[in-house]
Amino acid sequence: MTDTRHMSLLVRDTRTARRNRAETRFRIYGLAAIAIGLTMLVILLVTIVGRGSGAFQQTYLSVPVTLIEAKLDKNGNRDPADLKKVTTFGYGPLLRSAFEQMVDDGTIRTDLPAKKIAGIVSDGAEAQVRDAVLADPSLIGQTVTFEFLASGRVDGYLKGRVSRESIANDKNISAEQLDIVDQLRTAGLLEKRFNLAFITGADASDARPEAAGMGVSMVGSLFMMLVVLVLALPIGVAASIYLEEFAPKNWITDIIEVNISNLAAVPSIVFGILGLAVFINYMHLPNSAPLVGGLVLTLMTLPTIIISTRASLKSVPPSIRDAALGVGASKMQSVFHHVLPLAAPGILTGTIIGLAQALGETAPLLLIGMVGFIASNGPDSLGEGLLSPNSAMPAQIYEWAKRADPAFYERAWGGIIILLVFLITMNAVAVLLRRRFERRW
Amino acid sequence: MSFVKLTTSALAIAAVSATAAAARDQVQVAGSSTVLPYASIVAEAFGENFDYPTPVVESGGSSAGLKRFCEGVGENTIDIANASRQIKSSEVNACAANGVTDIIEVRIGYDGIVFASDIDGETFQFTPVDWYRALSEQVMVDGEIVNNPFATWNEVNPDLPAQPIQAFVPGTKHGTREVFEEKVILAGCEEAGDFEAYLAANNDDKKAAEKACIALRTDGKSVDIDGDYTETLARIESNDDGIGVFGLAFYENNTDKLQVADMSGVVPSTETIASGEYPVSRPLFFYVKKAHIGVIPGLKEYAEFFVMDEIAGPDGPLAEYGLVADPELTETQTVVADESVLGGGS
Repeated sequence: MTDTRHMSLLVRDTRTARRNRAETRFRIYGLAAIAIGLTMLVILLVTIVGRGSGAFQQTYLSVPVTLIEAKLDKNGNRDPADLKKVTTFGYGPLLRSAFEQMVDDGTIRTDLPAKKIAGIVSDGAEAQVRDAVLADPSLIGQTVTFEFLASGRVDGYLKGRVSRESIANDKNISAEQLDIVDQLRTAGLLEKRFNLAFITGADASDARPEAAGMGVSMVGSLFMMLVVLVLALPIGVAASIYLEEFAPKNWITDIIEVNISNLAAVPSIVFGILGLAVFINYMHLPNSAPLVGGLVLTLMTLPTIIISTRASLKSVPPSIRDAALGVGASKMQSVFHHVLPLAAPGILTGTIIGLAQALGETAPLLLIGMVGFIASNGPDSLGEGLLSPNSAMPAQIYEWAKRADPAFYERAWGGIIILLVFLITMNAVAVLLRRRFERRW
Repeated sequence: MSFVKLTTSALAIAAVSATAAAARDQVQVAGSSTVLPYASIVAEAFGENFDYPTPVVESGGSSAGLKRFCEGVGENTIDIANASRQIKSSEVNACAANGVTDIIEVRIGYDGIVFASDIDGETFQFTPVDWYRALSEQVMVDGEIVNNPFATWNEVNPDLPAQPIQAFVPGTKHGTREVFEEKVILAGCEEAGDFEAYLAANNDDKKAAEKACIALRTDGKSVDIDGDYTETLARIESNDDGIGVFGLAFYENNTDKLQVADMSGVVPSTETIASGEYPVSRPLFFYVKKAHIGVIPGLKEYAEFFVMDEIAGPDGPLAEYGLVADPELTETQTVVADESVLGGGS
């Protein structure tokens, strides 16, 4: 079509123009794709931080409680066994009279009965007083000022989640109780502050969302990662070294290779079912134990580690091996003295990314009993940490997201923030290791 | 080689753990997700008041819990199954086949099932007949059984608002579904007189007629929710026409998002459920493996603690959360104290 005889390099012919336009369009598509991705990321992060940051703050209320001897220690002998017989229900009247006292001295002006006033503190307040008394029986008879958690609704009121309009039909809290909250706030007895207990504490029951924390499930995750690391790293590295350096190339190793790649693509829930069938039903390992969780996640992480280890072993040039063999090293010496150290950064990176993946995994844990009201006892020792029932961070988040009280929803988002911090840190370490130590040929 | 060391130590840990698994010191509970909140409240208080560790409560549904309960006797099986319905004879048989013979049934109270819609939407007053006619696969129209023709609530009952029918009902794995079918759909079916028509159509086969009653329409107007109530809530928040089936306790925690519908003119509350006026309620249970009492520390104490007046009574924390206290709690306490098992005997 174009007359080639009159073509000039300075004048664009239609074809070049079209090609240039196509390129411009493609660049725009690329930019749009990146922009969409970034927007999604920003939306995600803003949502997570916006909804979850509330969990890191909690409302506390200081109340002076008189620990009446007649109620707590009838015999007056401070015998720990006798003191233990007074259950948390026995401490309820103490709290109520503490609030009556506050009404009497004018701190609170209300017509509500003491039981209703006491509704603004957490259900766990009785247990808190009881624990303090059991820890130090000499407190009996004195008036001690306790810092109680405010109930979930009161906390929500201070955070703006609960308003006077939204509680119109709510039987858990009334407008009169919020009036008391306002009075206490003005008096400086009730305030919102940083909530360390959310990071270190244990899960709490549905009736007291204000007391729930991630701490124990974090420990559960930690023990699972320990099991994964101790099992998956040596097994994975040994398998890769053998496959890469020693194994003959024949159809058996080919089949093994294909299967390892396939295994990496197996959905994690499958490993959960396997774990239930093999580790719990057949080997009789305990339910809900981080050891079992760790074993299941090891199966899941192994292929990832093997694949990344083999890739980094492959990237060590053959000249290194040849040189080692040339000066008389055995095959094993060449591998352990030369190839492995050079491949180590790649192996570590792969391991950390595998661990990060395992850390965020929930599906297999559903089947081995790590989801539910579990994470309430912190372990005392390594053995207990591995064997006593525990949850894991993602399982805890899942559990909270299911609960009825909206206060748990906020904590689920808060848990996501903690989990993300862990994942980002692990990935950052992986990137750093690679940057710092990896050698390229 | 350090790898060899690591591997051996790992194997050693696994071996040690396999032997240590023989000593379980906390009570293990699984089952109904409706009972889970109550069980976790009790477990928490139990851990606070006793020297035993806090029991572990898992959810998963009544049927799944009872299945695990019936797997056998031994420390790697659960001690207690929570259920939002009574154990079936087929389950008792399955239990017996695996050596679980002595089962203690403990009724903890009642739970109301409520129908709730978006707080900003229309207000509803239902009767079981409305639900049956709106959701059943086939209904009687002008004396003939036809595929459900209704698209809006006012077509079902002129007194209801002209809102498209969109119901979110619990999936079949939930104990709630059975109560919904029995106390709402089947009751509505009988009340509407359609039951007789199905009986006639099925040669007086009662089972078949019941089945025909509770078969729900599959054209998308009725959606099964297999997840928890939070999922139902999310569906209603995204669909203004949606009406969901919830437990009373869940509704009471979300009164800022949901409004509850009357059933046969009664507003659901712990009072109307306790008095029996509100028709849609069901008992909640947990089942204890008697063989584990005395083996698992704290098991009997936990069961006794659960049904104490301070816990399960009308002023206890469970009632505060939404459980309707059982008027016959004293008898339940005796059952637990005497360890009376299902089917008599001791």
